[in-house]
Amino acid sequence: MNLRFLLALMIAANVATAIGVVYARHQHRQLFVELTKLERARDELNVDFGRLQLEQATWAESNRVEQVARARVGMKFPEADEIVVIRP
Amino acid sequence: MKFRDRYKPGPGKHDPGKPDHGKPDYSRLDRAKSERPRVSRARFNLRGRLMLVTGALGLCSLALIVRAVDLQLIDNEFYRQQGNERFLRDIEIPTTRGMITDRNGEPLAVSSPVESVWANPQELSKNPARLPELAKALGVPADYLKRKVSQRAGKEFMWLKRRINPAVARGIMAHNIPGVFSQREFRRFYPQGEAVAHVLGFTNIDDYGQEGVELAFDDWLRGKPGSKRVIRDRRGRIVENVDLLRAAQPGKDLTLTIDRRIQYLAYRELKTALLKSGATSGSAVVLDVATGEVLAMANLPSFNPNAVTGDNRDAHRNRAVTDLIEPGSTMKPLTVAAALEAGVIKPQTLFNTNPGWIANGRYRTTDHHNYGVLDTTGVITKSSNVGAAKIAAMLPDQTFYDFLRKFGYGSSTGSGFPGEAAGLFPAPSSPGWSGTTKQTMSYGYGLSATPLQIAHAYATIGNGGRAIPPTFVKGQSNPSRQILDPVIAHQVLKMMQTVTEPGGTATQAAILGYHVAGKTGTARKASAGGYSRRYVAFFAGMVPVDNPRFSMTVVINDPDPSLGYFGGLVSAPVFHNVMEGALRLMDVPPDDIETWLAAQAEAEAKRAAANPKPIVAAMPPPVLTSGAAQ
Repeated sequence: MNLRFLLALMIAANVATAIGVVYARHQHRQLFVELTKLERARDELNVDFGRLQLEQATWAESNRVEQVARARVGMKFPEADEIVVIRP
Repeated sequence: MKFRDRYKPGPGKHDPGKPDHGKPDYSRLDRAKSERPRVSRARFNLRGRLMLVTGALGLCSLALIVRAVDLQLIDNEFYRQQGNERFLRDIEIPTTRGMITDRNGEPLAVSSPVESVWANPQELSKNPARLPELAKALGVPADYLKRKVSQRAGKEFMWLKRRINPAVARGIMAHNIPGVFSQREFRRFYPQGEAVAHVLGFTNIDDYGQEGVELAFDDWLRGKPGSKRVIRDRRGRIVENVDLLRAAQPGKDLTLTIDRRIQYLAYRELKTALLKSGATSGSAVVLDVATGEVLAMANLPSFNPNAVTGDNRDAHRNRAVTDLIEPGSTMKPLTVAAALEAGVIKPQTLFNTNPGWIANGRYRTTDHHNYGVLDTTGVITKSSNVGAAKIAAMLPDQTFYDFLRKFGYGSSTGSGFPGEAAGLFPAPSSPGWSGTTKQTMSYGYGLSATPLQIAHAYATIGNGGRAIPPTFVKGQSNPSRQILDPVIAHQVLKMMQTVTEPGGTATQAAILGYHVAGKTGTARKASAGGYSRRYVAFFAGMVPVDNPRFSMTVVINDPDPSLGYFGGLVSAPVFHNVMEGALRLMDVPPDDIETWLAAQAEAEAKRAAANPKPIVAAMPPPVLTSGAAQ
C-alpha cells in the first residue's frame, strides 16, 4: 500500500516536472524571441545613431564650415589691428 | 509421440506417381537419394533444432534491442546530431567596429551599415522574364546582366551590388524577384577625409585595420561577432530562434588625443605652404607639452581614406613618424643644452665665429655670413654652425652622445604608432662614428630623426626637462622622466625665444601677444656622394614661453630653391598660423600682453591719423575676439 502510494506519487511528480520542463522551454523560446526583437531594435537605433553622427560630422567638416563661413556668410578672420585687447 | 507421427512421411504422400517408361527416370533416382536423410532427420533430435532456431532468432532480436538501446539511450548523440543538422543552423550575428573620436568626442571614423545585394544565379535563370526588371532596378544594362547570369548559371552565388545605401537595397528587394537577397555589411567612413587620413589609417574590405591607429588598436576596435542557433525550414527561412550561443560584442570606441580643429588647421596651412614653396611633401606635428599628447599630425601628400586604392601607396605613409630626415639646425638648442648641463659653457660665454668657417677634418663647417663674436644666445639666434661646432668641441664624445640619446634620438618615441622609425644615431664606438661626426652632429647632420622625435625633444625642453613619451590615445598616461635640470631647460627656452624676435632667423613665427621659442633649420638633403642642392626646411618651437603649452614641428621637404628654401621663410609661417589658431582654440592666456597693447595703440593712432571717425564702428563684434583677448 505504502509502496503503491509512493509509486503514484513518483509518477505524478514525473508528469508534473515534465510539464514544467515543457513550460520552461516554451517560456525560454518566447523570451528569446522577445530578446532578439529588442536587440534588433537596439541595433537599429545604434545604427541610426551612427548614421546621424556620421551625417553631423560630414556637415561639420572643417573644410565645409570654412567655405560656408567665408563664401555664404561672408565671415573673415579679424586682422591683428581689429582685435581689441582688454586688460584683465 | 504424436508430433513425430504427424511428420512421419506417409507412403501415399511421397508416392512419385506414375513412372514415365520412355526415359530413364532421373528424378526418381534423386528423390530416392534425398529421401534417406529426411527419414534420418525425422529421427534426429527435433527439440534441439527448435531450440537452436529459437535461440538464433532470440539472439537476433536481442541484438536489435541492444542496438536500439545503444542508439537511443547510450550513444544517441550521432543521430540526434544528424537530425539537428537538417534543420538547426548556427548563424553569425554581425557586429560593428568601434568608433574613433577626437579628444572632444567628434567622430573621426564611424562604421555605418550598408547593404550588399547578391543573387543565386540558378534560381535567377529560372525566371529569365524578370531579368530586365532586375537590371533596371540595379541600374545596369539588361543584356549585361543576362550575360553575367548565364556565365554563372551553374553557381549558387554572385554579388549584384556591394556596399550600397540601405534605402537603395530596399528598393531592389521590393521587386521581390526570386533568388535575389541582400546582406548587411559594415563600412568605415571617415568624415574628416584627407586631413586625418595618416593618423587614422584605414581598414580593408573585411574590416581589418591596415594602417595607422586602425591597425595599432585593431583588437580594441574590432568587435567579436556573436552566434545564435535557429531553426530553418526547407527554403532556408528562419522559423524560430532556439538559443543564443554567444552574444555579439561590439567593438569598443577609441578616443584619440587629436584635436580635430587643430588638425585641420595644421593640414590646411601645410597645404598652403606646400603650394607656395613648390615642395613635394611635408609634415606637421603638434604636441601638448604637459601631457605628451599628440594634438595634431598632418602630412602631405594625403589620400582619401573613404576610397582607398592600391596605387599611390607613397601618400599612405605617415611621414611624421616613419620618415627619417637630418634635423639640421634644430639640433643646436640641444647641443647648447648638453654643454650647459656639462658645465663647459655659460649663457654669457663668447664664441669667435670668425671667419665664418671652421675646419672639420677634410671639410669645412661654414656659416651663411660671418657673424663675428657671438655669445651662447647669439649662436642660437643667428643659427651659427661654427658656434655650435665650437660648443660641441668642448664636450667629450660620450657625454654628447648620451645627452642626445636621453632626448630620444636614435630610439623610437614609444608612441605605439605602427611603423614608427627609431632614427639613425651612431654611437661613439660604432663604425658610423668618425672623427668629424660630433662636429657635424652639433648642427644636425650625420644623424637622422623623425619629425615626431624633434617635436618630442622640444616638448621636453618646454616641459622643464621632463620627458613624456608621446601618445595618441586620450587617458593613456606614459611615465615621465626628468632628464634635464629645469633651470637649464628654461635658459635654453629663453635663448630660443630670441629666434622669433627681431634679429632672429624666424621673425615670421612670432605671434602677437605671445612669446614664441623656436628654432629654424635648413638641411641639405643627402644624395649619392654628398649633399645636393635640395633642402629640407624646418621650424620647431614652443608657445608660450612662460609655461609652454604646445610644441610644434614643421618639416617641409624639397621646396623649390628658386622660391626660397630657408626654414624661417618656408616653415615658420605654418608654425605661426597653426599656433595662433591653436592658442585661441585652447584658450591659452597671452604671456606678452604688453606688446599686444602697444601694437593696438599704434594701430589706433595710425587709424585715428588717417581717419578721424570713431574706430568703434569699424570694429568687429567683440564676441569673435574675446577668446583671444582674455
